Amino acid sequence: MSSDAPAIRIRGLGKRYRIAHRDAQHITLAETMLQRLRHPMSRGQREDFWALRDIDLDIARGEALGILGRNGAGKSTLLKVLSRITHPTTGEVDLYGRVGGLLEVGTGFHPELTGRENVYLNGSILGMRTREIDQRFDEIVDFAGAERFLDTPLKRFSSGMQVRLAFSVAAFLDTEILIIDEVLAVGDADFQAKCLGKMGDLLNGGRTVLFVSHNASAVAQLTQRCVLLDAGRLVADGPTADVLAEYSKARERLNDVSTWDLPRPESHLGTIVKLARVRVGDSSGVIPQTTQSNVQLEVVRTGSFDGDALRVVYRILRHDGIPVGTAITSGVVLPAGQRSVLDFELASADLAPGHYYLAIWIDAGLEGVVIPLDHLPVTAHFQVVPDAASPFAHVWANDWGVTTLPSSTLSACSAKDPAVGQHATQPDGQHGERC
Amino acid sequence: MVAMSSRPLDEPVLRIRPRRGFASLNLGSLWTHRELLQRFTGRDLTLRYRQTALGVIWVVLQPLLGAGAFSFVFGAIAGFSSSGGTPYFVFAFAGLTAWGLFYNVLTRASGSLVANAPLVSKVFFPRLILPCSTVGSSLVDFAVALVMLAVLVLIGGASTGWALLTLPLWVAVIIAQALGIGVLLSALMVRYRDVQYVLPVASQLLLFASPVAYTLAAVSHRGRAWLQVNPLTGVLEAFRWSTLGGQEFPVSALYSAGWAVVLVLGGFALFARMERQFADVI
Repeated sequence: MSSDAPAIRIRGLGKRYRIAHRDAQHITLAETMLQRLRHPMSRGQREDFWALRDIDLDIARGEALGILGRNGAGKSTLLKVLSRITHPTTGEVDLYGRVGGLLEVGTGFHPELTGRENVYLNGSILGMRTREIDQRFDEIVDFAGAERFLDTPLKRFSSGMQVRLAFSVAAFLDTEILIIDEVLAVGDADFQAKCLGKMGDLLNGGRTVLFVSHNASAVAQLTQRCVLLDAGRLVADGPTADVLAEYSKARERLNDVSTWDLPRPESHLGTIVKLARVRVGDSSGVIPQTTQSNVQLEVVRTGSFDGDALRVVYRILRHDGIPVGTAITSGVVLPAGQRSVLDFELASADLAPGHYYLAIWIDAGLEGVVIPLDHLPVTAHFQVVPDAASPFAHVWANDWGVTTLPSSTLSACSAKDPAVGQHATQPDGQHGERC
Repeated sequence: MVAMSSRPLDEPVLRIRPRRGFASLNLGSLWTHRELLQRFTGRDLTLRYRQTALGVIWVVLQPLLGAGAFSFVFGAIAGFSSSGGTPYFVFAFAGLTAWGLFYNVLTRASGSLVANAPLVSKVFFPRLILPCSTVGSSLVDFAVALVMLAVLVLIGGASTGWALLTLPLWVAVIIAQALGIGVLLSALMVRYRDVQYVLPVASQLLLFASPVAYTLAAVSHRGRAWLQVNPLTGVLEAFRWSTLGGQEFPVSALYSAGWAVVLVLGGFALFARMERQFADVI
C-alpha cells in the first residue's frame, strides 16, 4: 500500500507556548494596560513550554501512522500543526496532498439546523465542496443510519445519532491525507466496529492516515507503524507492536514519580509544604482489580503555617480526565525541616480495568478554613487490570463506566407447565408459581 | 484530484513554516473558500429567522420603533428639524436604516470569532471568513428595512431623483467601514473579552456623535467641524441625500469613502497579523 513517495515530511518541528504566571496573566484589556503603565519595561513573567520539540518524521504515501503518548505529550499539538490550525515555532512541514483533519467529531454542528443542513455545513467546514457533498450525501446518511431524521432539527436527535452523523460526514472526506484524533471512542460498540471498518477501507484506498488513539487494539488493527511522543519529543518510531510495548512500559514506570520540579498551578503552592514524590502500588504500577493498594507520599515541610495539621485530598481520574472520585484523609502533624513519608490505602472503589492517575492536594485546615499548601493536578499513573475471576472484565469499554458495580445474583426458574409461559405477562399469583 | 496526480510527486503541495511579522492579507483565500462563506451566511440567516416568532417583522419593527422614539424625543420635544421638507419621521427612519446596517455588521462581525471558538480551535479554514460571513445577514436585514423606507418615501413624498443610483456606493462604504472595525475587534476579542462590554457603550456614543437623529446643517458651526471628523458623518448624509433627495451632495462623503478603504485594509492587515495566535488563545 505504501510507496516511497512522501506524503508528509517534518523537519525540526517545534511549538512553543508562553505560559504567563498568575500575577502576569491579564484577562481584560484594562488590566493589561494598567500593567503596562505600572511596569513599562517588563513584559510580565512568562515561562516557555515546548509542546513539541525537534520532531523529524517522514510519512510515506499510503501509510497509516499511529501516534501514541500520554495526555499532554504533544499528540494533539502535532495534529493541529499538520492541519494548519496552529502555527509552528520552529522547523517546517511539507505536505504532499490535501489535508483533511478530524480533531473533534461534530465541530460546527448546530442544534437548531436540520440533519441535512448540518451535513452540508459540517462538510463545508471540513473542506468539502458542495458538489462533493451532493455526490456523497446518500452514502453519508446511509452510513449514519439517519434517513428518517434528515429534516428534523439536530437537537431532537439522540446524542448517539448526532455523533454517528458527524463521524459519517468526516468519513467521506476525500483528501489525500487524513488526520484523525481519538474519534473512535464515540458511539456504541456496533458503530465503533463500523468506523474501524470504514477506516480500513480508507487505508486500502491508498489514503495516508495519521491516527491518534488511546485504544491500543484499534491502533494495532489499523497501523503497521507507530511513533511515541513524550513531553513533546519523538521517543520511539517503529513497527506498531514494538512501539505499543514501549508505550505500556513507559506507562507502568509512571506509578512512581518525582513531583519536586513539576510546575504548580499557582506560584505560592509548594513553598511551605512540598510534595516531593508520589508512588502507587508496587514497582509494577499494575493493580489487580480487587486488591487494596498502598500510596506513599514524600512530603517536605520547610515553614510553619496556621493550624500545623495537614491533610491529603486525592482524586482518582481515568486516563481521559474523567474523575472517578475524591477522598480526604485524616489530619497529621509533620515536623518542620525534614522529609516525611505519608502512607495510606488507596480507596480502590471497584475501579474498572483501565488506566488512571492521581491528582493530589495538601491542605492545612484551621477552624473550617482550608488553606491550600500544595497541589498537583497530575501525579502518579497506575493501571487496574481485570480480576481473573470476572469473565467479562477483559472486554470493559470506556462507555461502560469508570467503576464496576457489585455483581447481582441471577436466579432462573423454569416452568413445568407450558401454559405458564404463555401467560407470563399476567401478574404473578394468577398463573403459575414463584420460583 | 486529477490535477493533483499530474503534479510531480517530489513537489510539496504546501509548506508549513513559522510566521513572523505582517502576513499577507490572503484575500484570495476568501475566494477559494467562497462556498464556506456562503454556508456560514446561510446558517446565520436560517438561524436568525427560524428562531424568532415574528422573524422578518422584527427587522422592520426595529427601525420603525427607533424612528418613532427619535420623532418623539428629538422631533417633538427637542424640536429638531429634518432637511428639505421630508417629515422628521421618514428622515429619522432613513438615518436609522443606514445606522442599523453599520451597527449590525460591526457587532456581528466583532463577536463572530468568539461565538465560533470551537471551530477556530479545531478546524482549519481562513479565519477571515467568520467575520465576513456576517455581512450577508446584515445586508438582508438592511434590504428589508430599505423596502420599508421606499414605502415611507413614497407616502412622505420626498424628492428622490437620479441620486438614488449612487446608493450602492454608500452602502458599500458603510459596510466597509463597519467590517474593517469589526474584523479588528473580532481579533481583539479573542484575547480580550472585555471588548464585548465596551462595544455597546462605544456604539451608543457613536450613534449620537453621528448625524442620525439630526442633520449636519442643524449643528452649530463649531460642532459641525468636530462632527465632520467622524468617518460616518459624510456617508450618512450621502445616504439620505441619495434616498430622500432635496439637499446638496455632501462632499464629506468622499472623506468617508477614504476612511472605508483605510479601515478595511488596516483591519484586515491587523487581523492577519493576530490570526496565527487565535487557536492558541481562544
